[in-house]
Amino acid sequence: MSLGKHLGWSVPPGWVGYTCPATLAFNLMNSPTSPLVDPDREIVRRAQAGDFPAFEALVERFQTRVYGLAFRMLGEPHDAEDVTQQTFLSLVEHLRDFREESAVAAWVLRIAANHALKLLRKRRGLPTVPLTDTSGTEEGYGDVPHPEFIAPWQDDPADLAERHEIRELIDRALADLDEKYRAVFVLRDVEGFSIQETADLLGISEANVKVRLLRARLTLRERLTRVLGDEAARVFPDHQHS
Amino acid sequence: MTCEELLKALNDYVDDETMVAVCQEFAEHLVGCNPCQVVVDNIRKTIRLYKDGEPYPVPPACAARMRDALREKWKAVYPQSTG
Repeated sequence: MSLGKHLGWSVPPGWVGYTCPATLAFNLMNSPTSPLVDPDREIVRRAQAGDFPAFEALVERFQTRVYGLAFRMLGEPHDAEDVTQQTFLSLVEHLRDFREESAVAAWVLRIAANHALKLLRKRRGLPTVPLTDTSGTEEGYGDVPHPEFIAPWQDDPADLAERHEIRELIDRALADLDEKYRAVFVLRDVEGFSIQETADLLGISEANVKVRLLRARLTLRERLTRVLGDEAARVFPDHQHS
Repeated sequence: MTCEELLKALNDYVDDETMVAVCQEFAEHLVGCNPCQVVVDNIRKTIRLYKDGEPYPVPPACAARMRDALREKWKAVYPQSTG
């Protein structure tokens, strides 16, 4: 939702495509890739100067998030552990290469995502990288699955997230997604990378990121709504598919 | 809008309904289509559920192994370092 709308501002008439300045500023400051407000830069600078406790503080700061990204992308705790360790070993090696062009969080997560993607490719046992579209073809919206079970959810996500059985449900739903859709969903929606950053990480076009993202979102929505939706309030589309 | 056009606009609308010109047409469609309103809301809640969920803690044994490995790597890369 637009922050401006949340604050009660209205979009000037005819200003289609307008994004209010408050939203722009809020997004810029809170995006994982924003360099504007980065509390971690001082820790990195100290680590770059050879301060190991500073580096340990950096690990402490990011290890849970890195592990979470790896676990969501790979679905296996041992693989997630490997990727987490590889990520921080890479950080030791490339610490002095960080030139503050991005936020520290974005840099760390990008390294983690790359390690996770390498492991996904290795798992497939293929010399090529099927997560990328080496053919250069654009994926289409023609066969994106249409929503079938449509019902409002009975509970708020904030309340749902605290329930153990819901955690198992969402973990299973994510693990069951095709890897190429899962990767896009985790990078874009969970970790907050932009469409362009996600495309760069995966080596695919922005257009294909959007199609895969839609597939992931609709598949997860369908799966979760069948459990969390209010059956009594189920609705059916009244327009024919075309 | 055709279904394919609706689906194409859905992503952008979910992300920021004020951003994209095509969302104007999608927003108009939503006014008269309750199922689509519910789908948009479902998707937003799905994303929130994953994004705001409890973190996955690093297993203690993994964290301990990693600390040892990082210490060794650090000594090799920064032999003159402090700490």
